[in-house]
Amino acid sequence: MSFLSLTDRDREEMLAAIGVASVDELFREIPEGVRFQGELDLEPALSELELVAHLEQLAARNMDTGRELSFLGAGIYDHYVPAAVDAVLARGELLTAYTPYQAEMSQGVLQAIFEYQTAICELTGMDVSNASGYDGTTVAADACYVAKHVTGRARVVLAETVNPQVRQVVKTYAPGFGLEVVEVPHRDGVTDPDELGAAAGEAACVIFQQPNFFGCLEPAPDLAAAANDAGALPIAHVDPVSLGVLEAPGEYGCALAIGEGQGAGNYQSYGGPHYGFIAARSEYVRRMPGRIVGETTDIEGRRAYVLTLQTREQHIRREKATSNITTNQTLLALAGLVHLSWLGPQGLREQAETCMALAEHAKERVGLPLLFPDQTTFKEFAIRVGRPAEDAIRAARARGVHPGYALKRDYAGMEDALLVCLTEKRTPADIDRLAEALAA
Amino acid sequence: MKLIYEQSQEGRRASSLPRNDLPVPEIPAELRRARPPRLPEIAEPELLRHFTKLSTRTFGIDTGFYPLGSCTMKHNPRVNERVVNLPGFRDLHPLQEDDGAQGALELMWRLQEILAEVAGLPAVSLQPAAGSQGELTGLMLMRAYFADLGEGETRRKVVIPDTAHGTNPASVTMGGYELTPVQTDPRGNIDVDDLRGKVDEGTAGLMLTNPSTLGLFDENIEEIGRIFHGAGSLMYYDGANLNAVCGISRPGDMGFDIVHFNLHKTFSQPHGGGGPGGGPIAVRDRLEPFLPVPAVVREDDAFRLDYDRPQSIGKVRGFGGPFGVFVRSYAYIRSYGPGLREMSEAAVLNANYLLARLKGAYELPFDRLCLHEFVLSARRLKREHGVTALDVAKRLMDYGFHPPTIYFPLIVPEALMIEPTETEAKETLDEFVAAMLEIARDAAESPELLKEAPHDRPVRRVDEVKAAKRGVLRYLFEDHPDLSTEPTAPRQLEAQKGA
Amino acid sequence: MAAAESYPDGLKYHSEHDWARVDGEEATLGITWFAQDALGELVHYEPPAEGAEVAKGSSYGEVESVKAVSDLIAPLSGTVIEVNAKVVDEPETVNEDPYGEGWLVRIRLGDSSETEGLMDAAAYKSFVAEQ
Repeated sequence: MSFLSLTDRDREEMLAAIGVASVDELFREIPEGVRFQGELDLEPALSELELVAHLEQLAARNMDTGRELSFLGAGIYDHYVPAAVDAVLARGELLTAYTPYQAEMSQGVLQAIFEYQTAICELTGMDVSNASGYDGTTVAADACYVAKHVTGRARVVLAETVNPQVRQVVKTYAPGFGLEVVEVPHRDGVTDPDELGAAAGEAACVIFQQPNFFGCLEPAPDLAAAANDAGALPIAHVDPVSLGVLEAPGEYGCALAIGEGQGAGNYQSYGGPHYGFIAARSEYVRRMPGRIVGETTDIEGRRAYVLTLQTREQHIRREKATSNITTNQTLLALAGLVHLSWLGPQGLREQAETCMALAEHAKERVGLPLLFPDQTTFKEFAIRVGRPAEDAIRAARARGVHPGYALKRDYAGMEDALLVCLTEKRTPADIDRLAEALAA
Repeated sequence: MKLIYEQSQEGRRASSLPRNDLPVPEIPAELRRARPPRLPEIAEPELLRHFTKLSTRTFGIDTGFYPLGSCTMKHNPRVNERVVNLPGFRDLHPLQEDDGAQGALELMWRLQEILAEVAGLPAVSLQPAAGSQGELTGLMLMRAYFADLGEGETRRKVVIPDTAHGTNPASVTMGGYELTPVQTDPRGNIDVDDLRGKVDEGTAGLMLTNPSTLGLFDENIEEIGRIFHGAGSLMYYDGANLNAVCGISRPGDMGFDIVHFNLHKTFSQPHGGGGPGGGPIAVRDRLEPFLPVPAVVREDDAFRLDYDRPQSIGKVRGFGGPFGVFVRSYAYIRSYGPGLREMSEAAVLNANYLLARLKGAYELPFDRLCLHEFVLSARRLKREHGVTALDVAKRLMDYGFHPPTIYFPLIVPEALMIEPTETEAKETLDEFVAAMLEIARDAAESPELLKEAPHDRPVRRVDEVKAAKRGVLRYLFEDHPDLSTEPTAPRQLEAQKGA
Repeated sequence: MAAAESYPDGLKYHSEHDWARVDGEEATLGITWFAQDALGELVHYEPPAEGAEVAKGSSYGEVESVKAVSDLIAPLSGTVIEVNAKVVDEPETVNEDPYGEGWLVRIRLGDSSETEGLMDAAAYKSFVAEQ
């Protein structure tokens, strides 16, 4: 199967217009020594229906959340994606459009991004958002780069309760940025502001997560204050789904707010594509990475939207750009906008309350010891299952339940700890099954 | 057109959520939200209408011809959308145990094998989220490789041609390297004499796309390989232009040691208005230990994620990468099989056809056959009639085409970079030629038609100066300014100068 | 409204399209008509701090239009004694009046002999004609 329109007759006419005898001649300037001989060693072409059958067979070998009751969270969440999101993403114009460099051709995408930027600012309490970053891990690296240039300092501080993959990505980017990374260990599942403050002297920024990776609520305003006192930019990594009930980082002294957008409008999709968000106070706008859409008018006074402050970006500033990012995650961010619009402020709050209520009920119903019993949690909590976590997972999965994430994969001394997540898709009956599966 | 916020009415909502009687725990007062976010309050009918209307004000490949050079705006097959939405892919959590994700892991492994074959390099990581990130990952690999050899302190420089896309120098800086520029010769190749003096034991490597942003294959690529490898440096291939040479010349055979692919260019992932994309990399064996973690490996008939990679640079993105993008690219390549070469042949044929028919009316800076794209200059139109590449681009919109890339690469004044791709029909190409020829005539006879274009889009030319100066980057509700009351003087057209 | 093309006598010019008005031990610096015309309407001026050292031939700040960024190259060395706040607030002043209201910084000269290396108006006009 191919997607070509050219017929043999077309090719003949075109070759004649070009003035060559064959298509092969068009490649005559490629040196013989680097010409590939023969055919690529790839499997034979499939027709459309064979292709679908093949992909269906592959898909059938995955235990997705439709086939196995899942309490997995740990950064990617099984929240409900409404049909309206699917419908909008199926619009061919939005799906197949390029980056909106030509504003007159792209007012739809540009306005959608502007609306998305507004939604992120509203959720986070910040003044400016970009059009999206790759995911919730890379926006942390982006934020460190902003902080380095704003403060001139060469250290970044990460709370250990920040998602392990976020921390790992920051550490991967840090050498190229010329940054030293320091981590602050958790104390009973949360971060101590004094310890954070002590580590933050000479730091460009401090990153903490709210709710944190263990599902616990951090003393976020105190953490931000400790960072500010040390002259480091406080950066909160936040769950968009929590921002209907938890305070916005902009309201408690943060300089930037970042996070993974997946839980607001994207399917899990084995890890991607999703969208990262990054928002900041207005004084940092010129250091922001990525695309930003601004409002303006056309020459007849009509309201219009356009990519703006492009002098920050790689195509103009090149080696001095605020980032090399070009292609980002626009369509997934658009899904986020549709989802947040579908929810509305009421819906966002109700969704969060439902998750919290189910989580509290699950703690009781499952009845296993909490890892951090003194902490308030949001939609996830950690329990001790009294045996190696992987054994509990195996036993539960034999009963069609995935009970949660084995924290030992990232944290020492948590051999028997599971991180359990409750979204609004779970029911009390599901929780009964979880309890039974873990008791087995 | 109204913003969605301007259609909000208090009390409206589209969502419905399940109810239960469970008590809702309290959030401590100091952490609790004081004021709700001002998200839209809108019901589903108006919600759908709003986004439908936005889509009608957007031009996609589905709408029409989109010859953006270096973007490879080819048709996005619809079957890919069907398979990416199979629940077994769509609803799979990335932290599912490996035995519960065998289909996904097998797909990733097979895609790795395919990309290795196309690249001519054996080891692949699918993790980078976009071409730029692939570039940065490649530079991180260089750094790790040279550190391992004890040359990390000495090798500080990366060579980049003056035709390079802006992401290349930006990546070099983010990777902690310094830039060494090299010039282009009159045939459009890297100037090898200029290059020789610039490569030594302080050079980490070269970043090059081949064919270049001029659409020209570097005729000296073998000599360039000797120069870099002779100095112990590495060669990095920017895969943005791979659509020209699949199955015809492989980057590994050209001498490159690291390659990134743009799945959203060559391999049909839809651009989505600015993303998502995918930027997987393929490398020589000696760089394999440094690849991001986890690796997708095969053991007999089973597939798993391997985290035991002590020399890995670490992680550049969450999980294994943008899996949904892999599904589409995998499906796309399986549709072609070894016939992938025909994709590139048609891309090159289409581009040369347009080149042959347009080079009379416009200036062609490099008199060679092109590959999948070519660059024209509107310099003569500017000199003789004051009509710029920007004006040509805006006038093309009135003909129902998306304009080509303009003002890039930087070494060509008034550049128009045209890449038709292989999926365009000959009639479309002929219509585009007719439009371009008429525009060239109008430049002489009715230049104001071009200067005032576009005439038929939802908006006329936008005031970019006002956007930059006013900095309205979000809706401000009751404080939102009315920018139409602020004058848009003709001066904003001057802002396009030197664009 | 951009100014008409001019290169006043009495100023000294540098090949990076900057001018200097020397006044004893001080100088006022700016960019020429040619520079502002190439950039288009300026939307941003990133000035140096007062008291900062500037070195002849090095960048002391940036100006931006919508589509371009340009380093400001100091034609003479010295210490910044004043930054033109009007241009910070209204960068388009440089387009309207590049030699008057559109001045960028005043410096105390480090080495007044450096002025000998600069072009006069006639030489600069010829230089521009070759661009």
